[in-house]
Amino acid sequence: MNKQEYAEYIKKITPKSKIWSSLCRAFIVGGLICLLGEGLNALYHMWLPSYDQTQISALVSSTLIFFAAVLTGLGIYDKIGYFAGGGSIVPITGFSNSITSAAMEFRKEGIIFGTCANMFKIAGPVIVVGVAVAMLCGLGYFVVGLFL
Amino acid sequence: MSTLIFKQKPRIIGWYSVVGKKESEGPLGYTFSRIVKDEYFGEKTHEGSERKFFITAIQGAIQVAGVQPDIVFAGDLLNQIVSSSFAMRDIGLPYVGVYGACSTMALSLLTAATFLESGVIQTAVAVAGSHFATAERQYRTPLEFGNQRPPTAQWTVTGAGATVLSTKQKSRFAVTCGTIGRVVDYGVKDVNNMGAAMAPAAADTLMRHFKNTKTKPSDYDAIFSGDLGQIGEEALRDLLKEQGYDLGENYYDCGKLIYDASQKVDMGGSGCGCSAVTLNGFIMNKFRNGEYHKILFMATGALLSPTTSFQGESTPGIANAVVIEEVTE
Repeated sequence: MNKQEYAEYIKKITPKSKIWSSLCRAFIVGGLICLLGEGLNALYHMWLPSYDQTQISALVSSTLIFFAAVLTGLGIYDKIGYFAGGGSIVPITGFSNSITSAAMEFRKEGIIFGTCANMFKIAGPVIVVGVAVAMLCGLGYFVVGLFL
Repeated sequence: MSTLIFKQKPRIIGWYSVVGKKESEGPLGYTFSRIVKDEYFGEKTHEGSERKFFITAIQGAIQVAGVQPDIVFAGDLLNQIVSSSFAMRDIGLPYVGVYGACSTMALSLLTAATFLESGVIQTAVAVAGSHFATAERQYRTPLEFGNQRPPTAQWTVTGAGATVLSTKQKSRFAVTCGTIGRVVDYGVKDVNNMGAAMAPAAADTLMRHFKNTKTKPSDYDAIFSGDLGQIGEEALRDLLKEQGYDLGENYYDCGKLIYDASQKVDMGGSGCGCSAVTLNGFIMNKFRNGEYHKILFMATGALLSPTTSFQGESTPGIANAVVIEEVTE
C-alpha cells in the first residue's frame, strides 16, 4: 500500500460517529438548557416586575453561566457534555464550561501564569471569531444601508 | 543490521507494575503488582502523581530483584521527560533518559540490554509510564471540558512498569534480541487516530525483525503490539498480510487487552504505561506460570507534539521490538 491507498484504506476501516443519535441527544439536552433559560426568564419577570427585558436577559445569562460553572467544578458538566456533545457546548453554559474547566486545569501553575493566562484557551478563538464576524456583518449592514 | 542479537542474554530478574483505578478494573486488573485508586497518589498535582508511579515501579522492581542496579533507563510522554528525571531525583541512581513516545518500554529495554551486552554494567532497570490526566492536559483539552471523544480516540493508561535486567544474576527469562524501529510516516494527520499513524511503523519493524532473525509469527507463543488499538491492529494485520505474513491467533494488542468495552475507552488503551504495565504484569506472569516460552514484545509510538500537529504536520510512528524467551543455561 502506498500513502494514498493507505489513507483510503484507513478511511474505510475507521468507525463513523453515530450522527443521528448524536443529533437527537444534542437536540434534547440543548433544548432542555434553552427551556431552562425561558423558565428563568419568566421567573425573573414575575419576581422583578420593574426590570426591563434587557436587564432580565442579562440576569438569565448570568444565572446559566453561574450554574454551568458550579456543575463544572463539581465534575458533572463534562459528563453531560459526553452525552450531549454540541447540545451542551453551543449554549452559553458550554461557554462557561470551557472557561471554568481551563481555569481549573491550569490553577496548579499559579493564578497569573496558570489560571489567568490559560482560562480563554478554548473560549478565546470563539470570542475572536465572534467579534470578527460581528464586525464584518456590521460593515455589510452599513454598506447595504447606503444604497437603500 | 538493525536487529540486535544479545549473546550475553541479559536475564530478567525482577518486574513490577503499578496502575490506577480504571486499569485495575479492566480484564488485566489481577496481574498488576500494585493498584493505586487515588489519581493524585497523595500528591498535589497529576504530574507529581505520575512521578510517584515511576518511583513506586522502580523501587518495587529493585526490591523484587534484590540487587542494586548500575543504571536506570527511563522515559515518559511529558515535555522534557520530566516524570522520569524528577522520579530519578528521589531514586538517586545513575540515569539515562530515553524517549520513544509510547514505544519507550521496548526502547528502554533494548538500551539497557545493549549496555549489559557490552559488559560495562551488570544490572539495569528499564522503566516507562504515563498518566491519563497529564497526557490529556499536554495533548488535548482540560479534564472538565464537556466535549465528546471521537470514536477513534484511545485512553491513556495511568501506570508505570519496570523491568530489572542483569548479566550477573540467574533467571529463566532473558532478552535475547530486538529490532530498533525506523521512523515511518504514511501521512496520517488525524491526531485522534494514533493507531492508524503507528501501524505502518509497526509493520515495518515486524517485517524487518522476521527477515533479520529468519523467524515467522508462528515461532512465537505470542506477539504483542503496544497501543495500536482496534484500527491500528486491523491495519497492521492487513499490512503484513500484503507482505505474506499472517499474524494469526497469537497476536494481541496491549491497548485492546487492558480495558474492556464497557469502560468507554473507544479504540483501547494508549500511552507509555500501556505496554509497560502489560509487559510487567500480564506477560511476565505468563512466563512465570510456564504458559509462554518465547514472545515478541513490540511497543509502538506516535512521535508527534502538539506544536507539530497544530502546524499541520502528519504523525510519524515508530515501533521497537524485543524478544523475551525462556532460557535453560
